Amino acid sequence: MSTASAPAPAPAPAPSPARTRKTLPRPAQRNLLRDTGIVMMRELRPVLRDPFSLVFGMIQPLVFLALFGPLLVGSLGGQAGGTIGGNVWQWFVPAILVMTALFGTSATGSNLLFEFQTGAHERMLVTPLSRPSLLIGRSLKEMVPLAGQAVIIIAVMMPFGFRLYPAGALAGLAMLAVFGIGLGSFSYALAIAVRKQEWMFWVVQQTLIFPLMILSGMLLPLETGPGWMRVAAGFNPLAYVVDAERALFEGELVSSTVALGWVAALATAAVGLTVGIRAMIRSGN
Amino acid sequence: MIRTRSLTKDFVVSRTQTVHAVRGISLEIEPGELVAVLGPNGAGKTTTMRMLTTLIPPTSGTATVAGHDVVAEPAEVRRQIGYVGQGNGAGHTQRVRDELYSQGVIYGLDRRAARQRCDELLEALDLKELTARKVSDLSGGQRRRLDVAMGLVHAPSLLFLDEPSTGLDPQNRANLWEHILAMRTAYDMTIVLTTHYLDEADSMAERVVIVDHGEVIADDTAETLKANLAGDRIVVTTTEDAAHRLAQLASQLPGARDLVTDGAAARVEARVSDGPGALPELMRAAEQSGVRITTAQVHRPTLDDVFLTLTGRSLREAGSDQSTAAPDSAPRKDAA
Ligand SMILES: Nc1ncnc2c1ncn2[C@@H]1O[C@H](COP(=O)(O)OP(=O)(O)OP(=O)(O)O)[C@@H](O)[C@H]1O
Ligand SMILES: [Mg+2]
Repeated sequence: MSTASAPAPAPAPAPSPARTRKTLPRPAQRNLLRDTGIVMMRELRPVLRDPFSLVFGMIQPLVFLALFGPLLVGSLGGQAGGTIGGNVWQWFVPAILVMTALFGTSATGSNLLFEFQTGAHERMLVTPLSRPSLLIGRSLKEMVPLAGQAVIIIAVMMPFGFRLYPAGALAGLAMLAVFGIGLGSFSYALAIAVRKQEWMFWVVQQTLIFPLMILSGMLLPLETGPGWMRVAAGFNPLAYVVDAERALFEGELVSSTVALGWVAALATAAVGLTVGIRAMIRSGN
Repeated sequence: MIRTRSLTKDFVVSRTQTVHAVRGISLEIEPGELVAVLGPNGAGKTTTMRMLTTLIPPTSGTATVAGHDVVAEPAEVRRQIGYVGQGNGAGHTQRVRDELYSQGVIYGLDRRAARQRCDELLEALDLKELTARKVSDLSGGQRRRLDVAMGLVHAPSLLFLDEPSTGLDPQNRANLWEHILAMRTAYDMTIVLTTHYLDEADSMAERVVIVDHGEVIADDTAETLKANLAGDRIVVTTTEDAAHRLAQLASQLPGARDLVTDGAAARVEARVSDGPGALPELMRAAEQSGVRITTAQVHRPTLDDVFLTLTGRSLREAGSDQSTAAPDSAPRKDAA
């Protein structure tokens, strides 16, 4: 046959087993920590290359603060006692931080969904990276933009009378990170579960996120709601996290409220990681 | 390097429908081989590769890849192999160089080695101007080149390439091949690839495995396959009344078979064992019997002819329902 239009160079040289094989450095001992670090760095690079994407992520919570805050001041002003903003911001800013984490981490599965479509995830599954590291690295990465966003939100709100208790705020962010890792893992598990019907991802995410949010007392206090709502909130881990965050941002480091928040955050992380890792192991099929 | 025994894969699509994507493939591939897998769309090439690369478990049968069983020791297999899938391996939000570098680090290269390999591959695959580009902004062919670069970055001892050259322009295809062959020699790589470019399989691979409906229907060197299963074809035309006389003469040529006589067009086609030798002989015989030959052609066989002989279908037709089929693959050139 002819290769008239074929761009083929000379025929393949015969294999030469006698030749000494060049080698590249072979993998060091693999461990979960290193693998997780690699996955996390890979996920972070686009964020670091394009820090503006972080700024856009911050617009939503700030808009919320700007529009919802004054309404809260109006309606809860009485309870806020005197100074305009004062206590209301103290009540509202931690909630906005939790909300940022909630929206950010629960949506993160969509990135994985996209990598399923393109083949990028398939490629990762053939590498020697361990399956758990593929999930943990991704979930941990979420903490970086979240921390950046939290710092900016706090900085923006301080001139408006938001009082910062550094130790409490740090503990609050740490608790949020733990909770976010769990939620992010759930989001990835959801993405893996619905990878063959992608539209399901947003349906499920949206269906779950609003009840979770409203039944946590994040935006409006549940104390004024009907009894069944308060009962339902008792089963919502997010409600405990929100209460604990408010306490922590008031500088209250140790209390039963804070302890319950830690339990809820850690439980979310433990269950989320378990479910997520299991899903990741089966994600090749 | 690879040994499979009656490997099968069924996909349960719905309660009433099961796709038998792979129906019992047994293959042995030795270290250092370069094997091309050919077959129409849906033949089961990708599915087979996905089983060999530990992505999906076989329904039945066994496969040992680089010394390890794909089901029992998938992690060991993954350590030894490289894989460029049919889709795009690079994440869309990543920069070209970042993704290539990550891939190197994933496979255990230290930072310096990873950086150096990045430079070499970006240069070799003509991606140097694109290093800071986002993957989503690349053209299809550029993205494909990046995929292959990622597959090559750690120079695995066994590399699977699922349609590596699909979507590349001729210049880049040649470039890609040159690089793959050079790396193969330098690092003693075993390579298994699929392609829809028949000329590529023909000229590059030492061994061609043809798959159809989930089964291996031929497995040999391209030369042997073409000689045994297709053979040269001669096409001669004559004057209106002489077609049958000519066919009679053609049937006496060495190795003549598959004789087709088209009386209306006064055309005779036949497969013969040595086309360029048979044609002058036929012309002499025709002259002696007073048959005038008006045109004469020899067609050298292609792998498509091999497939046609084996299945009665043409690969080029069978494989035309997707962009992966090459419109210019396996050009037939008349050599008379
Ligand atoms: N995940 C899946 N679920 C159901 N059916 C599948 C799945 N993957 C592949 N198939 C079916 O299995 C058969 C073999 O597909 P495969 O992708 O292996 O073909 P191929 O030889 O690689 O084809 P192509 O040349 O188009 O890439 C096809 O009929 C395909 O529809
Ligand atoms: Mg395929």
